[in-house]
Order: sequence, then structure tokens, then C-alpha cells
Amino acid sequence: MPPKATLSGIHFMNGDEAIAEGAIAAGCRFFAAYPITPQSEIAERLAWRLPRVGGTFIQMEDEIAAMAAVVGGAWGGQKAMTATSGPGFALMMENLGLAIMTETPCVVVDVQRGAPSTGLPTAVGQGDMMQARWGSHGHYEIIALVPSSPQEAFDLTVRAFALSERFRVPVLVMTDEVVGHMYERVEIPDEVPVAPRRRPRVPPEEFIPYQPDPDLVPPMACAGEGYRVHVTGLTHDERGYPDMSDGAHDRLVRRLAEKVLRCRHEITFYEEVGLDDAEIAIVSYGISARVAHGAIARAREAGIKAGMFRLITAWPFPDERVRALADQVKGIVVVELNLGQMSREVERAIQGKVPLVGVFHAGGRIHTPDEVLAGIEEAARCK
Amino acid sequence: MQVKAKPIPEIVPGARHPMEKYLRTDRIPHIWCSGCGLGTVLGNFLYALDELGWDPDEVAVVSGIGCTGRIAGYLKLDTYHTTHGRAIPFATGLKLANPTLHVAVISGDGDLFAIGGNHLIHAARRNVDLTVVCVNNFNYGMTGGQVGPTTPLEGRTTTTPFGNFEHPFNLVHLAASAGASYVARWTTLDGRRLQKGLVEAMAHTGFTFVEVISPCPTNYGRRNKLGEGLDELRYYAEHAVIRHGADPKEAEIVPGKRFIVGKFVEVDKPTYHEMYAAKVAEMGGKK
Repeated sequence: MPPKATLSGIHFMNGDEAIAEGAIAAGCRFFAAYPITPQSEIAERLAWRLPRVGGTFIQMEDEIAAMAAVVGGAWGGQKAMTATSGPGFALMMENLGLAIMTETPCVVVDVQRGAPSTGLPTAVGQGDMMQARWGSHGHYEIIALVPSSPQEAFDLTVRAFALSERFRVPVLVMTDEVVGHMYERVEIPDEVPVAPRRRPRVPPEEFIPYQPDPDLVPPMACAGEGYRVHVTGLTHDERGYPDMSDGAHDRLVRRLAEKVLRCRHEITFYEEVGLDDAEIAIVSYGISARVAHGAIARAREAGIKAGMFRLITAWPFPDERVRALADQVKGIVVVELNLGQMSREVERAIQGKVPLVGVFHAGGRIHTPDEVLAGIEEAARCK
Repeated sequence: MQVKAKPIPEIVPGARHPMEKYLRTDRIPHIWCSGCGLGTVLGNFLYALDELGWDPDEVAVVSGIGCTGRIAGYLKLDTYHTTHGRAIPFATGLKLANPTLHVAVISGDGDLFAIGGNHLIHAARRNVDLTVVCVNNFNYGMTGGQVGPTTPLEGRTTTTPFGNFEHPFNLVHLAASAGASYVARWTTLDGRRLQKGLVEAMAHTGFTFVEVISPCPTNYGRRNKLGEGLDELRYYAEHAVIRHGADPKEAEIVPGKRFIVGKFVEVDKPTYHEMYAAKVAEMGGKK
């Protein structure tokens, strides 16, 4: 009997390693990547682990190739993943679009660092959140998860694979350098459910490759299964054949968006801390939420009832809940390591109902609780 | 001497392609221009596939973008029309994820050697078990005839209106230098030889490369006064010299001069997958 792939038990590991283990537990058996800081621990661990569990690891010549190989690996029948950081994430955008258009389930991890450009290779940032949303060309919906601890990095990597199979869409794990390099307790359960791929339910002669099920997601026939499917990044009809008409294009692009949006309740997760009686709500995510969490108690000691709304899913954004939050609190504080990205979504959702204070830093270090507290106090002063 | 092209024969009612079983006939007619060599390449690929006798369910064809990139869509196989230049890394993922597949990449010179050049040399270096067929028509046909990495010096294209002054790649030399384990070049005039070359390349384990010199009368041919597609075939007949085992370095293509076709390289060496599997076996894992 081959050794058990999932590393069940209690471990002390960093976020990057937890992502690698999450991938293996979720059934990922194909990983292609290109070296980049602060992602390297993911690739190095999978180079060591995947060959032992019957999987394939390959270091490609660049991130363009890594993403292309992942899309190919998924059509070869495997659960496939790549991992990178900002500069590589930019190079992946082209084939991320291919994955969206061809409805290829796969997982892309971005361990965010200080940017733009080469920026701060070894230090933290959260500046890729909008690249995650709109980085590839065209209009599309994407799923992006934002872990704030190594445990959550494991859990959300597992969830990323499940969501990618469920919706046939690439799922992004948007972590950051501090979560990636932070060592904490990570508990890996005895059994981790492996999400099945949605397979054709009819023989090849009856199969229409892009005819969606009622939930708008079509079953997927991989290479070598006898279905002889044509897969193209061109606008295509239900047979998968190119169709250059505006009608076919509008129909396809709308379905690709709608299949995600209509199920956002299954996708969009968040955590609320002390919001029941809160006057000020912090909205944050990833490592920034960890720091912000520490400021809540101090704000309450100072007489300001603060609470936190932590994004676990960044995209699709929890519009409805954030809108409702604006009816509940007197002010909102957004804490993130960029100069205001997710805060734009918060602004859009709250429609000016309450003041919004941004506690922003371009990256290179995490916030201090004092900075977050100052933001809370400022929001409390706005009436 | 320019010869007037003969009128295209009428389509014979009820006539069927002998290799129809490998075609998505509901996608015919194809998009290619009259006189283009891509129909010949597609036809030869079908005959090669038939000669190999593989189960078509175990063959996947991957292409990039461009006129040649459309070949995949006419084949009744598992076919993938990917992004510009990325057919090879996509095919690498496909092959390694399911090593039982026979995977061929068919794409053009611009796709494989300009935007995709880096991927080609690395796949050749790794000796990934893929067959890459490059249809070289010396320009970007799909986008209207721009200069490409194989356009000869002084060649006229829409982006070299005063004549090309970039030195072109010698594709067989490049593929051989990067480590391809089988390298051949034929023209679209060499029907049977091309078919044999494709059979050899696909049957050979490792990274194999076949360049096919092909006319583009609509764009490159017209701007360089090469005549109709048929005239370009006549040019091949007069200038191509078969020399198996020739030094790939000597295989440059210079307009008006003779050029070498044939089989340049055929060596056996372990593939990426074989070596990966051997390491896994050493560790007692399974693959």
C-alpha cells in the first residue's frame, strides 16, 4: 500500500509549507512553478513531496510557462497548482485568462510582497488584490481567498481546490510574505475530502463539451478519455467550436461571470469579531487583519466599541454584508498593505453611508496596532 | 518564370476525404487561403497518424495562435488551441499529467520561435516527450503579413516595408542545439517524405522537431513576388536538396540559393518523464 499522502497530525510549519500540504491533501498531483521569493518554500516542499505521492513537480522556464503547464496539467486529468509572487503573478495573467475562458479548474497562489516591479522581494505587501480581480484581459469573475494564518493557509488551499472543481474556474490564494513565512501550529485532519471533477454523464457521441448543467457549469472531459474535445481560448459555442459572433461572445462571457456570481453565497466567506455592539468596524484581511485584531481590545479599553469584519474571500466581494454593516456602525476602518485597494470595494458597498478611514501602508512591514488604533480613533471622531 | 494558376477544380459531390475519421468534418471548409501549405500539412499529419495506428483517443494535439494554430480545431482528437506561443508549456503539462498520451504540438514559426522561443528551447533541453511540428511560412500570416523570426534578409513584409534587416533563425540548427532528439525539415512539396518524417518524429521517444517549409502566397509570397502557391512549390523543387545527416548549421535558408531538407538529428536519450519516474522508483514511490 502506498504511504498516506495527507500529513495528518499537528505540525509547526509556516504558511508556505501549509499551502503545499493543503494542496497535497486536496489531491493536487501536478505542480509547475518558477522560483521567486517569498514563494520558494511552497515549490521546494512540493519538489520533495510530490514524487513520493505519485505526483508531478516541474520547474518551468518562467511563470508564463508555469501557468500554461498548469492549465495543460488540469486537462491531463490532474488537480493542478502553481505558486508565485507579484512579478510572476503578472506573467501568469495571460494563461489565467485561458483558464477562465476554457473553464479549467486550477489553483494559483500569490505570496504577495512589496511592489510595484521588483519592489521589496523579501518583505510583505498586499498590493496585488486588484491584479487578482482584474489582472487578465476582458471581463470575468474570479475567486480569491485570503488566509491570515498558516492554519488558514492550509484550510483555504483545500477549499480553493474544491471551489475550482465545483465552478471550473481558477481559484487564487492571495496570501502574503508574513503569513507565508510565519511558523504556527497547523492541524491537518485525518481525512481531507478530495473534490471530484465534474465528469460527463453521457457517452462521447452525445457529449456537448460546453453545454452547461443547470448551475451553468459544464461537465469536463479530459484528454485521453475518449471524448475528443476541442478546447479553445477563442470565443466558442457549446460544441467548443470557435464562434466569432457578438451573440455567442456575450452569451459565453455572461455565463462565465454568472456561474460564479449566482453562487456567491457558497464562495464568499468572512469572519466577524465583536461586531454585535460595535460602533466602528474594521475591514481587513490576511496578515493586516491579525494586527488589526490586536487593536480591537485596546480601542474598547479606550471606550470605543470596535469590531472586525475579516475577509476570507476577497473575490467575489461580500457586497451585501458590507452594505448592511454600514447601517449598523458609525464608521469603517480599512486596514491593508497597499494604498487602498479593497477599500474601494468597501466604499462602493457602503455608498457613503458612514465615514471610511483607510489605514494604509505601501508594504515592507506590517502595521503596528498603534496605527490601527489611531485609525479607529479617527473614525470615532468623524460624525 | 511566373505561371498562371490553373482554375480550382469543382468540388466533387459526395466526395469524402480518405482520412475523414480524424477530421471534424462539421468544421470544414477551413479558413486557409488558396495556395497555402497548411492543408497539405494537415493532410500529411492525418496519413501519418493512420500509419502509426495509434488509438486516436490517446492522441492530443496542441497549438498556439496563428494560421497554423487553427490545425488543432479541424482534428477529431483531444485538441487544444491555447495562447500565443504557449502551446509547448501547455503540452508539457498535458503530457506529464497523463504520460500515456501521445502529444503533438503543431504551430507556426512566429508562435514557436518568437513569442514562444523560450519555451521551445527549454522543452528541447528537458527532452520532454513531445513532437513539435513548425510550419514555417516566413511571416505572420494571420495578422496580415508582418516580419517574423524566419523572414529572410531583405524580405518585404508589412512591418519591413523597406526590406528586412534582422538576421533570421535557422530553425533546425536552433532545435538541434537546444537538444532535440530528432530534427527534420521538409517542404509541403515533399508529401510522402513529410509523412514519413512525421511518423518517425511521433514514434521517436523524446522531444522531436519537424520544420515544414510552406507557402504563404497571400502575404509573404505576394509581397516578395514569389507567385502563386504552386510557384512556391516549383521553387522548392528547384532549390531543396535532400541531405540526411547534414550539419544543421549548414541548413540556412537564403532566397535564391539551395537549401537542405532531410533528417538532421536522430538520437536516443532519456526523457524528462523517464528520468523523473526513475528517481521516484529509486525512492520507492509510485508513478
